[in-house]
Amino acid sequence: MAASLPPTYDRTAPNALGAKVNHDEIARFNFLTSVNVHLGTQLFPGTKLAFEQRVKPAFKKAQGREIATRVEVRDAMRTDPLYQTWAALRRNTMEMRQQTGRAIALRQLDALIARAKELNDAKPTLQLNPQTKIPRYISEVDNHCMPGSYYGELVPDDVSGPANYDLGVFVTGAGSMSARNDGGGRGVAKFVRERWPDFKPKRIMDLGGGIGSNTLPIAQAFPDAEVIVVDVGAPVLRYGHARAQAMGYDKVKFVQAALEDLPFEPNSFDWIQSTMFWHETSAPAITNGMKRIYELLAPGGMTLHAEQPNFTESTPLWEKFTKDWDAWYNNEPFWSKFHTMNVIDLMTAAGFQKDKLIEGEVVSDVEPGFYQPWAGSLSRHAPEKTNTAPTTRAWRGWYMFGGWK
Amino acid sequence: MTTLDVNTLANAKAKGKRPYFFDDPAVERVLSITMAVAGELAVTRERLDTVERLLEAGTPVTKANIDAYRPDDDAAQERQAWHAEYISRILRIVHQELEALQATDDVSPEELADKMAAS
Ligand SMILES: C[S@@+](CC[C@H](N)C(=O)[O-])C[C@H]1O[C@@H](n2cnc3c(N)ncnc32)[C@H](O)[C@@H]1O
Repeated sequence: MAASLPPTYDRTAPNALGAKVNHDEIARFNFLTSVNVHLGTQLFPGTKLAFEQRVKPAFKKAQGREIATRVEVRDAMRTDPLYQTWAALRRNTMEMRQQTGRAIALRQLDALIARAKELNDAKPTLQLNPQTKIPRYISEVDNHCMPGSYYGELVPDDVSGPANYDLGVFVTGAGSMSARNDGGGRGVAKFVRERWPDFKPKRIMDLGGGIGSNTLPIAQAFPDAEVIVVDVGAPVLRYGHARAQAMGYDKVKFVQAALEDLPFEPNSFDWIQSTMFWHETSAPAITNGMKRIYELLAPGGMTLHAEQPNFTESTPLWEKFTKDWDAWYNNEPFWSKFHTMNVIDLMTAAGFQKDKLIEGEVVSDVEPGFYQPWAGSLSRHAPEKTNTAPTTRAWRGWYMFGGWK
Repeated sequence: MTTLDVNTLANAKAKGKRPYFFDDPAVERVLSITMAVAGELAVTRERLDTVERLLEAGTPVTKANIDAYRPDDDAAQERQAWHAEYISRILRIVHQELEALQATDDVSPEELADKMAAS
């Protein structure tokens, strides 16, 4: 066997809230991880061959012209048997991951809630606001097929949703997010420290920070800063705050608020950042959100976001189709539109000056063996340069964009 | 103490209309059930592997020891290699279809037989 194998699930860090994953559940995750690797590295290249060899020529024959848009590719591919099989398996594997993770979390929900309460009760660092309005783009579909999304509650004080998320992320990226699902945050912290060694932020916001897995490495890298995770979902914040406390990050704040209604003073942040956030919002949300970010930043402050890059003129048609797959078939509806936007234009429209904009790439910072050469073909968040046709922007980890005020 | 129906709730459907990729949704249903069963066999197989390794090490085979077992690096590699091999075995037909796509000069034995019978 030439190809390198994914790490086994038992190599992940123990769950911070003490969720127990038993022998058979570990095996179930190992199986699903291997299915994902197989689909990404072996069958996925076959779908491209099917496109080139039969779908594209058949389209030309029928229409008298070349296939031209990603929606045309999508609709034409839906008739191809090899693609149908790959796509059905991929969707199904995601659903199986959710089922497995939910079963683990729900089986021990009482213990998880009790542990979270013990860590959260009477702590001023957790600030929930039941009045927070859940935006439509979150409430209409459950993102990446995660039942209950980030905000759903089956019982009072529920943390089962985020527990499932934390337990299962490993499977989808086959470990490439690291043993604690914090490879992105560690990469961002390193990126900022190396690029701007004199930058000493006093107040940092992680927008849509979820369970804070990518926030804690930033808090670690900037120990003197006040770090605030902002999110709409109470369960993710409850879980994330308890997780942070259990891991010794007792100063990091978790605040429930929507991007549309951020309860902070203008000019009050030195750094507002996000990872994998915008693609789960909407066009008005990012357009207005960027303006609000500009307002909230102190002069000399910085905003920085890790996302997939927008399409450019030279993005190949096939790549556009595959990057949009999750928008259509993994309940990430805004992702397709987001790909076609121009975040750089959005930033200047929000007030940022052209010469103060930032672009770059962050490589996921993970344990040896966790980021395999093929990881990019699995994770939609961290495509490897070698796995995609060359684009004008050379990048391999996350695409970073932002600006200084 | 919350009494939740874990089996039902674990199976919950994500909000949003589910896409079906095959022309007949029944195909998708059967594929999905097949993959779930395949997964459970893989789980059993990994458990058996643990039992064998405990026996080999002379460790008593108890439920607690099975649950506490963590493979060392070599064992982890062997177990992952087994998963990879197993999955490629169950997806054999898909790979053969992919291979057929690459081999454009495949002939139909049926046609060939008819031709040979005629001459
Ligand atoms: C894909 S998750 C990313 C979580 C985290 N940044 C990470 O890297 O793991 C997106 C998060 O954004 C949150 N979110 C979505 N829309 C939001 C909004 N309008 N305001 C605040 N948070 C929002 C969701 O609840 C979810 O936790």
